[in-house]
Amino acid sequence: MRFTKDHEWVEVDDNGIATVGVTAYAAEQLGDVVFVETPDVGKTVKAGDGFAVVESVKAASDVYAPVSGEVVEANAALGDAPETVNAAPEAAGWFAKVKLANPAEVDALMDRHAYETYLQTL
Amino acid sequence: MAESTPNTEEGAPLKTTPLHEAHIALGARMVPFAGYDMPVQYTEGVLKEHLWTRQHAGIFDVSHMGQARLRGVAPLAAFEEVVPGDFINLKPGRQKYSVLLNRTGGIVDDLMAGRPITLDGTGDDGLFVVVNGACKDNDFKVIADELAGQVVIERLETRALIALQGPEAAAVFQHYVPAAQAMVFMDIRLMTGFGVDLIVSRSGYTGEDGYEISVPEDAADDVWNILLSDPRVKPIGLGARDSLRLEAGLPLYGHDLDETVSPVEGDLTFAINKKRREQRDFPGAARIVAELAEGPARVRVALKVLEGAPAREGAEIADATGAVIGIVTSGGYSPVLKAGIAMGFVPPAHAAVGAQLKVIVRGKPQGAEVVKAPFVPHRYVRKLPA
Repeated sequence: MRFTKDHEWVEVDDNGIATVGVTAYAAEQLGDVVFVETPDVGKTVKAGDGFAVVESVKAASDVYAPVSGEVVEANAALGDAPETVNAAPEAAGWFAKVKLANPAEVDALMDRHAYETYLQTL
Repeated sequence: MAESTPNTEEGAPLKTTPLHEAHIALGARMVPFAGYDMPVQYTEGVLKEHLWTRQHAGIFDVSHMGQARLRGVAPLAAFEEVVPGDFINLKPGRQKYSVLLNRTGGIVDDLMAGRPITLDGTGDDGLFVVVNGACKDNDFKVIADELAGQVVIERLETRALIALQGPEAAAVFQHYVPAAQAMVFMDIRLMTGFGVDLIVSRSGYTGEDGYEISVPEDAADDVWNILLSDPRVKPIGLGARDSLRLEAGLPLYGHDLDETVSPVEGDLTFAINKKRREQRDFPGAARIVAELAEGPARVRVALKVLEGAPAREGAEIADATGAVIGIVTSGGYSPVLKAGIAMGFVPPAHAAVGAQLKVIVRGKPQGAEVVKAPFVPHRYVRKLPA
């Protein structure tokens, strides 16, 4: 699993499909998630683009695409159970799967050790 | 990930309330609000704090709000020169919601004003007013200017204000201050409790039963901690305070109300006294009376969002054809209804309960229906149990 400074995570499978979500730190900062707007399947995203929106009682927050590619699946389960983002942010609370356009983008992201070191600077 | 509604404010260093250290000790997340460093949530978070208040009792630090005494030869009559309510006939021991008006009938602030008395009926001393924290300096300047020579304003800056709200709030408070049992909604009393002098009203900003308790700042920590030691009570931050007042259909100054909005547009006509409408003796009376007769150009409505994301402040409101007719002035997620709820302004032709409208969230139109406020029924105690 790789991480961004904006607190998204990416996990790439053998077929070059990246699963994307927000980190446990992000979920904690957001508070109770009450709504998630996932990207439409078929949409092409660029790393750094607005990708999804996650809403707490208090506010709406943008989630940025950590990698470029085509959205091939969105986590429909979040529609009825947005609280999954809090319960399992780095597992069942994933947002979408992206067919990587440029696998090298993943290598540029932080590994868990680097991300946890980064969190200590916040 | 980035929050699209930043919690930052520019300007002067933040003030703190007498309960600041108590919030830090409770693990609160602090944010700037109305010039103060205030708790937006505690460790359990907005959703749980909200639901706890609806089911049990929540304690809120609202010491940022402005408390003052207005005194003079005839302070009630004088006060009527800046508000549209009937204050001359306000009985000792009662308080009333009102709006401070500018000369064009716009709302400078909304407020509570009352005549606190002791249990034996003494202590009546002018008018005790509580105004919004972000507006207080301007409010008291406006009142001082408009009522120069008629009232003297004593700002009560050494008093904290604590709200205790929820279905179990009364039982908790009455355990410590038994005399508060005799109060009903909008009663206000001078009392002794926790060993100090209190100004207590049975009112609040959540739609629940409860009390607002003005305490000397030196005693604030003690009163807070004693009430909080009851297992029915949890601390509630500004985040849940906002979602609670939204469910209760209560407007938020600076969002749903401002200097351009009249009380008719703001759906606050209950605060415009009938006799005074005839007398037209309040600021902006020409506009306000005309709006009462002919209807305003826009009116505040309550909207239930029927699908999709919550509609928040700034979202456009459209009619069934897609034409933009108004704007959301506050909105969010209702933890009780588990749906998006909002307030906004639309032309009266679209304001009837049941009107089918759209709210535009991030470019997408979503169905919304005008509903009767409040979204969640008020539970005020207007009559004592027999």
